[in-house]
Amino acid sequence: MNVIVCVKQVPDTTEVKINPETNTLMREGVQSIVNPFDLYAIEEGVRLKEKHGGTVKALSMGPPQAKEALVEAVSLGVDDAFLLSDRAFAGADTLATSYTLAQGIRRLAPFDLILCGRQAIDGDTGQVGPGIAEQLGLAHVSLVRKIREVHPDRLVVERMTDDGFEVLECRLPAVLTVVKEINEPRVPSIRGKLRAKSYQVTVWTAADLVAESERLGLKGSPTQVVRIFTPKRRGRGELLEGKPEEQAAALFDRLREAGVV
Amino acid sequence: MMNYFLTDEQQMIRDVAREIAEKVIAPVSAEHEETEEFAWEVMEACAQADLFRVSIPEAYGGMVPPGQVGIFNQCLVVEELSRVDAAIAVSYAASALGFFPIVLFGSEEQKRKYLPALADGKVLAAFALTEANAGSDAGGIRTRAVRDGNHYVLNGTKQWITNGGEAEVYTVIALTDPARGSRGASAFIVEKGTPGFSFGKKEKKMGIRASATRELIFDNCRVPVGNLLGREGLGFVVAMKTLDRTRPGIGAQAVGIAQGALDDAVNYARKRVQFGKPIITQQAVQHILADMAIQTEAARAFVYAVARSIDAGVEDFSKESAMVKTFASDVAMRVTTDAVQIFGGYGYMREYPVEKRMRDAKITQIYEGTNQIQRNIIGLALAKEYAAKK
Amino acid sequence: MPVDIDKEKCIGCGACVYSCPFGALELLSEKAEVKEACNLCGACTSSCPVEAITVPREERAPESAEPGQAAAAAASGARDLWVFAEQRDGRVAEVVFELLGEGRKLADKLGQKLVAVLLGSGTGDAVAELSARGADRIHVFDDPRLARFADDLYTSALVDLIKRERPAAVLYGATAIGRTLAPRVAARLRTGLTADCTGLDIDPETKNLLQTRPAFGGNIMATIICPDHRPQMATVRPNILEKATPVPGRQAEVIRHQVPEGVDLLSRILEVVETPGEEINIAEADVVVSGGRGMGDPKHFAMLEELAHLLGGAVGASRAAVDAGWYPYSHQVGQTGKTVAPKVYLACGISGAVQHLIGVQAEIVVAINRDANAPIFEVATYGIVGNVHDVVPALIAEIKRRRG
Repeated sequence: MNVIVCVKQVPDTTEVKINPETNTLMREGVQSIVNPFDLYAIEEGVRLKEKHGGTVKALSMGPPQAKEALVEAVSLGVDDAFLLSDRAFAGADTLATSYTLAQGIRRLAPFDLILCGRQAIDGDTGQVGPGIAEQLGLAHVSLVRKIREVHPDRLVVERMTDDGFEVLECRLPAVLTVVKEINEPRVPSIRGKLRAKSYQVTVWTAADLVAESERLGLKGSPTQVVRIFTPKRRGRGELLEGKPEEQAAALFDRLREAGVV
Repeated sequence: MMNYFLTDEQQMIRDVAREIAEKVIAPVSAEHEETEEFAWEVMEACAQADLFRVSIPEAYGGMVPPGQVGIFNQCLVVEELSRVDAAIAVSYAASALGFFPIVLFGSEEQKRKYLPALADGKVLAAFALTEANAGSDAGGIRTRAVRDGNHYVLNGTKQWITNGGEAEVYTVIALTDPARGSRGASAFIVEKGTPGFSFGKKEKKMGIRASATRELIFDNCRVPVGNLLGREGLGFVVAMKTLDRTRPGIGAQAVGIAQGALDDAVNYARKRVQFGKPIITQQAVQHILADMAIQTEAARAFVYAVARSIDAGVEDFSKESAMVKTFASDVAMRVTTDAVQIFGGYGYMREYPVEKRMRDAKITQIYEGTNQIQRNIIGLALAKEYAAKK
Repeated sequence: MPVDIDKEKCIGCGACVYSCPFGALELLSEKAEVKEACNLCGACTSSCPVEAITVPREERAPESAEPGQAAAAAASGARDLWVFAEQRDGRVAEVVFELLGEGRKLADKLGQKLVAVLLGSGTGDAVAELSARGADRIHVFDDPRLARFADDLYTSALVDLIKRERPAAVLYGATAIGRTLAPRVAARLRTGLTADCTGLDIDPETKNLLQTRPAFGGNIMATIICPDHRPQMATVRPNILEKATPVPGRQAEVIRHQVPEGVDLLSRILEVVETPGEEINIAEADVVVSGGRGMGDPKHFAMLEELAHLLGGAVGASRAAVDAGWYPYSHQVGQTGKTVAPKVYLACGISGAVQHLIGVQAEIVVAINRDANAPIFEVATYGIVGNVHDVVPALIAEIKRRRG
């Protein structure tokens, strides 16, 4: 089983705070981390290798510093890591990103399985995994919580649904996006860290890929961000007054504004 | 914490141990304390992270280069794990106590048979010396080993054996020649599952509750002669040389406990408001915290210095090993007691982990030789040292 | 190709440096400079007080050609606003009614039709429901193979139809199915897709769909457009938009279609397992409704369960409640229990002792407590001084009423 895990380096959004005076993002001290959901994909890839043999490779697209995320993947047991990095990739939306990653994956052939985390915590789209499957014309199963059976030409997996789960059979090669229920990611081992310390990530530019330039980066991105703003925040400790019904209504309004109900 | 100029590899070992402590142990610590169940899931995580390799030679699946010992590595791991939970940390540390005799005295064949699985962390080890009537006076052991053809037949009961019942590999000290007293003891490797080898019930303890402490019961237990460590009569040498090397680890455990208590106390003092301000602004509180910090750092520096000198190959370190165990464990007891005091009434409640640290600290003054026995060792060493100078 | 900074205009205030989520901007000799990490997200442009920063849009490709046929048909030819009418077991998902509610407004602003697309098996009731909820036209694929969501068939059927009919926009619920299907459809059509929107509008001038969504864990909001490709596509977070009110007997134009032939089925469902009783782990829940000693009796936890269920969350408990045997230990929040990090934490009858609060890392804390001096109010985003036995039922009633 040859597995490719797609990995994204993201700012640790749990550390991102808003400066209440200027209403801007406070990045100070915010670290770049491996997208937490991708850790489950890495772990699953490494477990498949440990159980069924083969290789696990990690692939990312991003600026040169995204190598750090790939080095971490190596410390967690990934055999080899590849970074797609080129100014031509900058400004990619999910469509251009899935195209670029798909072209990178083609260079890593042969492979049996591509694993992605369910979504990245900075963008929260969850669109790149299915996008890659479409670009490569492969089977795709989202929200996989368990790989039940591994066969040379097919997998049997469990997909989470809103009220339970489905058992699916899918043809290989396939793309799976995995949820955190699938495993418990390991802590990097000392040997893994020692290997990662001296590991050199392979970096590919646009010239290294067979890719149509108009489908890369900003040019290949149909969507545009036209406005960024900070959501309105209330000060702490607002007391909701009135009768229980009025208090409930006021609370409902607040929660709806926060996008919760 | 001071900068101790760790090598890259040592830093890596500390980082991995800290990650295991914070990510794997912290979430389950309170539950194991409550249920007193052995933390197998943590041992598996330690194994996967290579933590059992840090004090085993490279040739047998470990990380210690030829000619080195790995005591400092071991101390770094034990300290980090103990900072979060000393009970779970001792399950890890007791395996090293069990396999050090094999590292030190095992034949090539014994090492090849046992050490790789212990380095992988697939199995745990345990060390068995203490008996009901042989605590500080280890010479009082009664467990017998009688040669019978290609076997030794063991009879007797070991008491309070850490990892008892959980470990697969036991180093057991038994008398092969009772007439010769302490020179008549020998050390054996006994595997779990050997006929005639069984376990007593799990003890209920004041502290380190998640660790397993049981009796080992030998009833005509036949152990192959190939499992004798060294030769007949070396039993107490095996025990003493092993304990000389593991006592800095008890020191490291004590430092971890003290550091955890200091962390808790400072964080609490910063938050707890009385008389309209956080209690950390009170000089009376600051002074207690300052003393806790001084003692903890001094203990750490001492542990590191002794561990490094053993790794560097000094020949006789019984005195220093006894000193560091005694000093650090006394520090842990004082610091955890002070931490409870800082927390006041809350500290006395089991809901907060500081009283647990205080209970856990107490054992470090007792096991692997009480601090009184350590002082005997130190006193005797001083007497010899100064006599030799004349 | 990073963002463009007009050095003449730049006053070196540093506002952009703080606004950049990627740390790609810095101040060098009192002017802003862009580093390699620039991702062209545009967060800096709105922060600049002198409009010195622009994202280089001019290099955007004109309109993509083959095989993005639908995409290539630019704003001119495409019309109508579509809603993917997700169904499960023949029942239309609630989020579809929300999409129809908002879709109606958007279609009216465009002066175009509101169209639903329904894929399923035995769709009669669903068609009637969609008609009543305001769809002007309904495209129906009724086939036993479509009873449950199937990646390959759904994608092919929908893509074929979109290519033929050329809608201006397609909206999906940001559900498990919507978030799986929409990216495949978008990639095959080579058009844009915005995930998990919380607000939609129409730009009065360009008629583009303005798609607003949270980013960076909800720390910032972004409005996104898809100007040159059609259809514009978005998944929309459930439980945010107002539902369309049903008008019984309202009739929509219904057009029936066949599932395309020869679709290669790469995956198939072997078994469906429903686990309605499976509870959400409180540590991972987006909403935690917790009860403390103030609940008074274990039987009152039933209303917390109902409230949690309505909010898609889980029930937590304080140590006091767990120790009293009112609720299982696995639900305990705090020092000796679990740490929870939901979006909203509702503390009902919990005083808010330090050891409890240590376990609460919520974005929003709501406190409901009789004692106005309870420490929980000092950390609460929203405080309600009152009896939980009055306030919680009122809140349950309010949610039911407002959701219709």
